Amino acid sequence: MQVLIDNFGLILDGFVKTLWLLLFAGLIALVLGTLLVALRVSPVAVMRAVGTSYINVVRNTPLLLIVYLFGALFPVLGYTASISSYIDYSFITATIALGMYAAAFVCEALRAGINSIPVGQAEAARSLGMTFGQSMSTVILPQAFRAAIPPLASTYIALAKNTSVALAIGVTEAAFAMKKLNNEYATGRSWIFFGFAVGYILIVWAIAAFAHGLERQAGKAR
Amino acid sequence: MSDVQTRDSPDRTDSNLVSLRQVDKWFGDLHVLQDINLDIARGEVVVVIGPSGSGKSTLCRTINRLEPIDKGEITLDGQPLPQEGKELARLRAEVGMVFQSFNLFAHKTVLDNVMLGPTKVRKRGASEVKQQAMQLLERVGVEAQANKYPAQLSGGQQQRVAIARALAMQPKVMLFDEPTSALDPEMIAEVLDVMVGLARDGMTMVVVTHEMGFARTAANRVIFMDEGKIVEEETPEEFFTNPKSDRAKDFLGKILKH
Repeated sequence: MQVLIDNFGLILDGFVKTLWLLLFAGLIALVLGTLLVALRVSPVAVMRAVGTSYINVVRNTPLLLIVYLFGALFPVLGYTASISSYIDYSFITATIALGMYAAAFVCEALRAGINSIPVGQAEAARSLGMTFGQSMSTVILPQAFRAAIPPLASTYIALAKNTSVALAIGVTEAAFAMKKLNNEYATGRSWIFFGFAVGYILIVWAIAAFAHGLERQAGKAR
Repeated sequence: MSDVQTRDSPDRTDSNLVSLRQVDKWFGDLHVLQDINLDIARGEVVVVIGPSGSGKSTLCRTINRLEPIDKGEITLDGQPLPQEGKELARLRAEVGMVFQSFNLFAHKTVLDNVMLGPTKVRKRGASEVKQQAMQLLERVGVEAQANKYPAQLSGGQQQRVAIARALAMQPKVMLFDEPTSALDPEMIAEVLDVMVGLARDGMTMVVVTHEMGFARTAANRVIFMDEGKIVEEETPEEFFTNPKSDRAKDFLGKILKH
């Protein structure tokens, strides 16, 4: 117990960085996932093929491998920029890798949402003279987002826990802090594991509560 | 019934608004439309009837290319229907469509449903569109429901909103794909009343329906389809009192028996 109290600042710093990873990677995943799903349901065969290929490659690759790959690839391509000492090169790399990985799952959650919308909604939109883009943005996606809230919540919960993989390329997030403490306090490991588990559970609980709120909001307006 | 005689008979040869030439369509092995030739004049009301599976809904849906055809040509106001894309979207904006299952946008209020086409597709100003939308809702008798969501309305009300939504685009022609088939009997009349009003106002209409009363009251022409072919094409009076084909006699015998 004492180890958690003594190192509270370090633990908190770790979880704050975890939350930053979650926020930025989550935003990338949402934007990229929405673009991907538009590709996947597009009337143009080439675009569908591009979307499907992305899903097949990214979803089928272990996250750790993607993080390592980006960690190795970016310096080769000459990209090693840091925005600040806090948002450093490894943080940016991990954020992009996590975001691109989660985007594949966001895309599929949204596609499940789109599939749950009756085909008549799209037919009505097209009959009014809407283009594919207009029909997607004003009729299909707003409804698909609502239907996709439960699978999206699962995706974001998985992403919150997957941020721990960033420790592999040296991002000082929560799992990194846990590893550090485990090395320093060999006798306090049960408490250390317990403390970090509680931290992740709180984050996941917040995501679930947010999703629940969104669902209730969406339920009112229909 | 006397309406058929009193209505001005539109001149079919002068200006065909919709024209189908040797149209064929297959669903897999099923030859669902077989060599369809059909001309619809401006202001004409054409009722398409026939047993289920006869291709009448498919025929209706080919006119705004919700169903692409495999052979032949469809022209709308002289223009052939383009391939999927912006050109087709522009053409579809000129064609109103009313579905069996209403298909109102479930996440939008009744008023927003009616305003969406004019604001998004025609890019018109919201205040002007709103005024016109309210007038249309009044015309179909659901103005009191303007701020409700579709799920809060009865089927008959939803279908009348769907008609208002299509009219908001000021279409050249309205397609009705079995507009009353999903409705309770007491709601059918309120929808048909709106449609009869439209017909009187001179709207060009293609109506797939089983409502023989509507066909007699409002139609200029009845098209009887069976197994993907147009079997008979007559005035309602002639078709109902003196059907020529055995298939039509058999069909009318079955539906008019009760």
